[in-house]
Amino acid sequence: MLLHQHFLDSVARHPEHTALVCGEQRYSYADVAQRTHALALALQRRGVHRGDRVALFFDNGVEFVAGLYACLSIGAVFMPVNPLTKADKLAFMLSDARASALLTQAALADVWQSALQTSASVHSVFVSDAIESDDRRLQPWPNEQDDAPLATPATIDQDLAAIIYTSGSTGFPKGVMLSHLNMVTAANSVSSYLKLRGDDTILCALPLAFDYGLYQVLMGFKLGATVVLEANFSFPVKVLDTMVRERVTVFPGVPTMFASLMTLKSLSQFDLKQLRLITNTAAALSETHIQRLRALFPQATLYSMYGLTECKRVTYLPPEQLDIRPTSVGRGMPNEEVWLVDDEGRRLPNGSVGELVIRGSHVMRGYWERPVETAQRLKPGPLPGESVLYSGDLFRTDEEGWLYFVARRDDIIKTRGEKVSPREVENAIQSLPGVHEVAVVGVDDEVLGQAIKAFITLEPGVQLTARDVKQHCLTRLEAFMAPQYIQFVDALPKTDTGKIKKTGLARGHAERTAA
Amino acid sequence: MMNTKATIRRFVEDNFMMGSRRSAFADNASFMEHHIIDSTGFLELITFIEETFHITVEEDEMLPENLDNLDAIHAYLSRKLETAVS
Repeated sequence: MLLHQHFLDSVARHPEHTALVCGEQRYSYADVAQRTHALALALQRRGVHRGDRVALFFDNGVEFVAGLYACLSIGAVFMPVNPLTKADKLAFMLSDARASALLTQAALADVWQSALQTSASVHSVFVSDAIESDDRRLQPWPNEQDDAPLATPATIDQDLAAIIYTSGSTGFPKGVMLSHLNMVTAANSVSSYLKLRGDDTILCALPLAFDYGLYQVLMGFKLGATVVLEANFSFPVKVLDTMVRERVTVFPGVPTMFASLMTLKSLSQFDLKQLRLITNTAAALSETHIQRLRALFPQATLYSMYGLTECKRVTYLPPEQLDIRPTSVGRGMPNEEVWLVDDEGRRLPNGSVGELVIRGSHVMRGYWERPVETAQRLKPGPLPGESVLYSGDLFRTDEEGWLYFVARRDDIIKTRGEKVSPREVENAIQSLPGVHEVAVVGVDDEVLGQAIKAFITLEPGVQLTARDVKQHCLTRLEAFMAPQYIQFVDALPKTDTGKIKKTGLARGHAERTAA
Repeated sequence: MMNTKATIRRFVEDNFMMGSRRSAFADNASFMEHHIIDSTGFLELITFIEETFHITVEEDEMLPENLDNLDAIHAYLSRKLETAVS
């Protein structure tokens, strides 16, 4: 089974049914299929072949969705890129993946035009709206219906469907390679435990470049449901209006979205009685927030979930367990096995703390051209030739085997549901003239999950303000990576080998804040 | 009121548009569409507007129609301040 077959089946089943709603625009399954076909033909005519990587750099919209299915139809591998990405990082990803083509939009031209200057592999750029440019790689977006047949590639489910870049502890993003089988398996498992239905209307305000957002489309289109895309969650009242208007039944969110909803005094004025399902992942909801959400939306079932890009989703807590063990992330989803191991890789009994290991057909094929990092995460499984995924996250099990998150093994910061590599932030701050040393840590934050804090020592005689540092970060990093707290210190604690010792830094922040 | 747009523009440029991207943006350019302001940024913008113009931005006014570009903010503030005076 190939990932786009789900979509083609839904198109054949009910072409006139609404597939996507983007603001005022509505697109039927037939509309999306037609756009997909025209784009697939255009890519094929430009010489994009089976296995070639194609970057999708868009805000949420029909162009992203048509782009991803167009790639899959011609056997190409789509690479979703968050529209907040800055030029340096986009250039890195395009080069790292040796992308052949870029599909994008004019509003992001500042970023991609700059990135393309160093991206020699990209031979074709399709921009979904009008733009002036003398770059000969630019191609007109295929707006006309084109019924010419597509040369069908010999794709099988072992081929890659997507490469999704994720922050790495090295400071450079790594491309998570996902096959058709990986993604079909994940979409099947998740939609089955959520009991998603073809008559659902799913509100997606999550970026489609984020796998949590992406799968709303993949799962919705598999079932023939309607997906309502919002560009973002900047105006919660506007999103609520949309939810009422479209009679939304499913709302996937992250804790920061729920936190901003809960501050609205007017929430009860919105008629959301159609809402039957709320899901949370990316960061844990606090117990207080779980209680408040359930009180605010008594008509809806709440799912707490845990996952990682390397296999999409790992666990979910069946809603009837919320009252019994509210802080648990649940247990493995259908068609998946999970267990905890000690430092030697031995399986641990219930009631232990250890690293979570995941086995299933949804586990990634590795990091693109990074054998060392891949070997740290993918290790031999029980059967010959099989790999299992070491999550890098420590969990505890209770006596019945329910899982509770303990800590990340590495020092990746999770803020606003986004993964941030401290190294990447440090690299950015370090490049500011006058900065001597910098250490970036995550500190607990009620709303963000973790906030980012930078400790900085300056070169002698240099004066910099927190504002200087923040402004500098914003030129180089996505906004969510810029530190919320900046503290200038005389010296940073060091280990015997001279490495900056971060362990005490976050704790120091907590004590200071509590005092 | 003469300088509403200039004041807001200055705030937006200082806080959200750094370095090379600090090029002029049109008064009717959408902050969202051009990725000038993200969701946390809009909260900061609202706080700034409230403090600078001594008004309260009500929940049902927190909409792109009122806040997503300089022209919209100017029009919104004009209406708002007029109501406050009358």
